[in-house]
Amino acid sequence: MTTGDLRSDLRAFILDRFPQADFRDDENIFELGFINSLFSVELVMFVEATLGVEVPNDDLTLENFESITSILALVARLRGVEPAMR
Amino acid sequence: MTDDPLEAKMVNLGVVGAGTMGAGVADLAARSGHTVVLVDVDADALTRAVASIRKECRMSRLLTGVAVDADQVLGRITVADDLAALKASDLVVENVPERWPLKLQVYEALDRLCAPDTVFVANTSAFPITRIGAATSRPDRVIGVHFMNPAPLKSAAELIPGRRTSAETVAQVRAFLDSLGTRGIDVRDACGFVSNRVLMLTVNEAAFVVHDGVADAETVDDVFRSCFGHPMGPLETADLIGLDTVLYSLEVLLEHFGDPKFRPCPLLRALTDAGYHGRKTGQGFHRYDSQGHVHRAGGAPGGETA
Repeated sequence: MTTGDLRSDLRAFILDRFPQADFRDDENIFELGFINSLFSVELVMFVEATLGVEVPNDDLTLENFESITSILALVARLRGVEPAMR
Repeated sequence: MTDDPLEAKMVNLGVVGAGTMGAGVADLAARSGHTVVLVDVDADALTRAVASIRKECRMSRLLTGVAVDADQVLGRITVADDLAALKASDLVVENVPERWPLKLQVYEALDRLCAPDTVFVANTSAFPITRIGAATSRPDRVIGVHFMNPAPLKSAAELIPGRRTSAETVAQVRAFLDSLGTRGIDVRDACGFVSNRVLMLTVNEAAFVVHDGVADAETVDDVFRSCFGHPMGPLETADLIGLDTVLYSLEVLLEHFGDPKFRPCPLLRALTDAGYHGRKTGQGFHRYDSQGHVHRAGGAPGGETA
């Protein structure tokens, strides 16, 4: 999966859950006012299921999942260290 | 007991029933440093409970800002498939399904197996605590705590003494709740207490609205979210609780009060019969994928696949 695919999949996933959401890739979705932090768990599960990796516990922070840009940055970082991962 | 309220007394906690609530209570107690024995007759339920506790601990930092070490928490939890494993428990929290014959069977066994001073906490959402207490030889040591789901994220629970519950038991269980960071809200003993008596009627009426074709499930929930600002509508809440649990709770309320206002909506019964028990089975009023993501019901009433 390319970064572009993941970007559009993430956007589709968020819009499927919150059809009214109107946000830029670098915008904090939890500050839009109607997405609460519980949704971050769904984002983690989505990223893990889509990429087939387990996000290390230290990376399970709200900051890493607050925007499409930050999720893509996390994924890029995880891919960089993939050989070290389980 | 210690005189210092800040120095929490660690207990050997028994938890009966490894469903959603039992797993949540075991998780919460173990996070707070208590030693837990989690018992269920179903080995698969125990496996699922351990997996769910691990996941909840992993996600803790996202939801609360505080990281929780899943290995440390699970290290305090032992699982067993026999109630005899609760012999040494100071306190037992019972979370078995809301069916009276099952509850009765469990309390009779616990009463026989546990030490005479072990306190039994009924985590029921419906049964009167007085009735549960009377099924044991220690009604003074039986009390109700209605934990909310997910237990580790909720800051309060209903605390319900039965008619014969002693003041000492109330104090002991209140101290235990304090050690979990859970505030006990005092409620008198009556079927459904406050929360479920009101909530189940709301859910049932919401189901009737869908059943009567006034609005579909998504619309009902949208009204509560958008007009009232509730984080979840009543039918999403029902899916989270489990429609089977909602149905049993209504049946208990109906039987206990004998008031027809508690009669379960036929749609609720049909969905339960169909195995559409809500989030945990992937479908209820709404549909959920394998990750638990909601796909809200569109046109067809009751979330039936079009």
